[in-house]
Amino acid sequence: MSDSGMSATTNPTWLMLGASSAVARAFAREAASHGAGILLAGRDMDDLERQAADLAIRHGVPAAPVPFDARDLGSHRAFAEDCAARAGGPLNVFLAFGVMPDQAEADADPDAAAAMVEANFTGAVTVLAALAPVLEAQGQGTVVALGSVAGDRGRKRNYTYGATKAALLTYLQGYAARLSGAGVKVLCIKAGPVDTGMTWPLPKLPFMASPPAFARAAWARAAKGGGDAYIPGIWWPVMTIIRHIPTRVFNRLNI
Amino acid sequence: MPDTITDPRTAQAAAARPAAGWKETALQGWGRSSSAPCLAARPERMRELLAALQPPEGRTLLPHGGGRSYGDQALNSGGAAILTTRLDRILAFDEGSGLVVAEPGVTFADLLEVFLPRGWLAPTSPGTAFATLGGAVANDVHGKNHHRAGSFGDHVLWLDLLLPDGRLLRISDEEEAALFRATIGGMGLTGIVTAICFRMQRVPSNALRVHSRRVPDLEAFLAGFAEAAEATWSVGWIDALAGGRALGRGVLETAEPSESGLPPPKLKSRTFPMDAPPWLLNRLTVRGFNALYWRRAPVAGREQTTHYGKFLYPLDAILHWNRMYGRRGFHQFQCVLPFGPGEAALRQLLETISAAGEASFLAVLKVMGRPGRGLLSFALPGYSLALDIPARPGAAELLAALERITRDAGGRIYLAKDSMLSAEGFWSMYPEARRFMEIRAEIDPEGRLSSDMARRLHLA
Repeated sequence: MSDSGMSATTNPTWLMLGASSAVARAFAREAASHGAGILLAGRDMDDLERQAADLAIRHGVPAAPVPFDARDLGSHRAFAEDCAARAGGPLNVFLAFGVMPDQAEADADPDAAAAMVEANFTGAVTVLAALAPVLEAQGQGTVVALGSVAGDRGRKRNYTYGATKAALLTYLQGYAARLSGAGVKVLCIKAGPVDTGMTWPLPKLPFMASPPAFARAAWARAAKGGGDAYIPGIWWPVMTIIRHIPTRVFNRLNI
Repeated sequence: MPDTITDPRTAQAAAARPAAGWKETALQGWGRSSSAPCLAARPERMRELLAALQPPEGRTLLPHGGGRSYGDQALNSGGAAILTTRLDRILAFDEGSGLVVAEPGVTFADLLEVFLPRGWLAPTSPGTAFATLGGAVANDVHGKNHHRAGSFGDHVLWLDLLLPDGRLLRISDEEEAALFRATIGGMGLTGIVTAICFRMQRVPSNALRVHSRRVPDLEAFLAGFAEAAEATWSVGWIDALAGGRALGRGVLETAEPSESGLPPPKLKSRTFPMDAPPWLLNRLTVRGFNALYWRRAPVAGREQTTHYGKFLYPLDAILHWNRMYGRRGFHQFQCVLPFGPGEAALRQLLETISAAGEASFLAVLKVMGRPGRGLLSFALPGYSLALDIPARPGAAELLAALERITRDAGGRIYLAKDSMLSAEGFWSMYPEARRFMEIRAEIDPEGRLSSDMARRLHLA
C-alpha cells in the first residue's frame, strides 16, 4: 500500500493512535475485516509499514502509516488535518497509546511520573481536541478510547497510572457531550488486563483477555453506541465490589 | 498459542523480577512429557526482538514458536526463550507467482484463512495448523504430499536470519548458502528467523476429493502406496495394536484437488476439557477405538469431498487434545526407513509396538520422497511411521528398541517429535551434523543459542 493516502473509497477509515500496541493491532484487524480503511499512527514507522502491509494483504483494505508522537503536543493540530486529508471515508478514532511503568518508578522518579501523565492524559487531550473539528465537520463517526479498570479506584499497585485513566474518562465524558450534537459517538472502554507486552512481565493477572477477543468485544460494543463499558464484561461486577469496599479495609488490602 | 504455564513461584520471586520484557515461566513440549522453567520474552515487533537478544544473567537463548514440537526441542531449561507468536504479519504477497513473505509467528491457520479463498494453499503443511512458519523452517516440516512436493524448506526462497550478535542476514541458495542449509531444519540453533519468503501452490477450489479404503495388512499397505505414487496426497492410518495376520492393517487415504468447492466451513472446535484420568486409555478402550476406525472404512473404498482444513488438520478440531494422555503426557515416535531394507524394519517396528501393547492410537504411515535441503532435515526417500506412546513405565525401553531397529535399517528419527533419542543414535543417523556444528561455531562462537534437545544430543 502506498503511503500517499487512501482515496477512492467511501468506506469508513479508522485512525489508530498508538497503532503498534497489541490492542490497537488487534482492533485494526477487526476493523479491516469489516472493510474499513486503516491509518496507523505511531512512532515506529518500520513496524507500522509491516502492519499496513499485513492489513492490506489479509483484508484487501487500504492501510497506511502516519508518524505520530503523543508527547509532541505541538504537532497534533497539523497531524489531525493530515489524517482528515488522507482518510477516504468518514474518520473514526481508536485511541490506544499509553504507558504503564512500575508504581515504584513513578514514585521515585518525578520525570517518569510526569512522562506517564503526559503520554496517557495530556497527549490524549491535545490530539482529541485537534481531531474534534474534523469529527464535527463530517457530522458522523465514532471515537473509542482505552481507559482502564485501574481508573475506577486508586490502588497501591498503580495509582498514578489509574489517575491518568480516570482523568481521561472524565475528559471523554465532556468530549462526548460536545460532539453528540454533531452525531459523533464517544466510547470509553474500561479495559481489564489484556495479554500484551505491557502485562507480559507481570505475575499472572485475573480475567486476562486475548487481544483478538478484546478487539471483537470492543468492535461489537462500539457498534451499539457511546458511553463507557467494561471489557471483558466480568469487570463490571468485580469493580462494583472493589469500589464499595470501605476505605479502612481497602487500604489494608494488597491489591 | 504456546502452551505457557505461569510458574507458581513467580510471586515469591517478584523481588528478583527480571527487567521488563522477561518473565519466569515454564514451557512444555506438545507431548507434555518434557517441561522447562525458563525466562521468556514475547516481542511484538522487531525493536523488542533486538532487545531480547540480551537476556539477563548471560543466559542462553532459543526461539520458540507455536509450541507444537512434541519433545524438548523448543525448550531451554534454565535459559531464555524468545516467543515468536506475536511477530505475525504477512509482509508481501504476489498474486501472480504465489510468493509470500511473512514473519515467523504467522501460522498455517493464517495461511489457510487468508489465501485459500483466493485459490492458494501452503506448499506443504504439518498435521496441525497451529504450527508457525518459523517452526516450519526450524523443523523442515512435511505433510501428506511429501512424496510429490518435498518438505517445507524446499519451497523457501530466502530467509532473514537474526544472529545472536544482532546481525541480520538475508540467506538463500545464493547468499550464505551454508548457513541457509544449516537453518532449514536447524531447530532454531542458528538464530531467529525474522522473515520467510516461500511459494504457495495454486488450488482450483477450497476442497479435495478424498478416497479412503480399508487395508488388511502391511503387505497390502505397501502395495497400496506403490499404486498411489501419483496421488497428490496420501497417508495411511495403521492400527498399531493389531498383531499376527492383521499386523499393519489400517486405512489408506489418497486425495486430489477438487475442481468444485464447498461452502466455507463453520469454525467449530471443541476443547478437551481436562487431563484424562489414567484409566481412560487402556488396551481395551484403545483396541476398541482402533478396530472401529478400521471397520468404518469400506473394503471397496469410498470417496468424499472435504475441505482442505479438515483433511490436513484432523486433530485441530479438538483443542488441547494432548490432554487425552493425562497428566504424564506422551512421547511421539516418528522415523523414516529407506526403501528396501526399510520394509523388514517396518514390520519389526510394528511387531515390537504391537507386542508392547502400549495403549497407542492410530499410527501414521507415509511414503516420503526426496531428502530435505537442510543439514539436519529429516526426510529420506522411504517409509515414515509415526505414533504416540503414553509416558508410562516401560516407554523408555520401548523407544530405545524402536531407535535400535530404525538405526540398524539406516533410517532416522524426526527431531520435531523426539524426546528420547540417544546422542549416539543421533550422530549416526544425521551424517551432516558435523558440518552443522562447524557452521554453528562460526556464527555463534560463544554458544549463546542452546536448547534442552541440543544439550541432550551434544549439539551444544
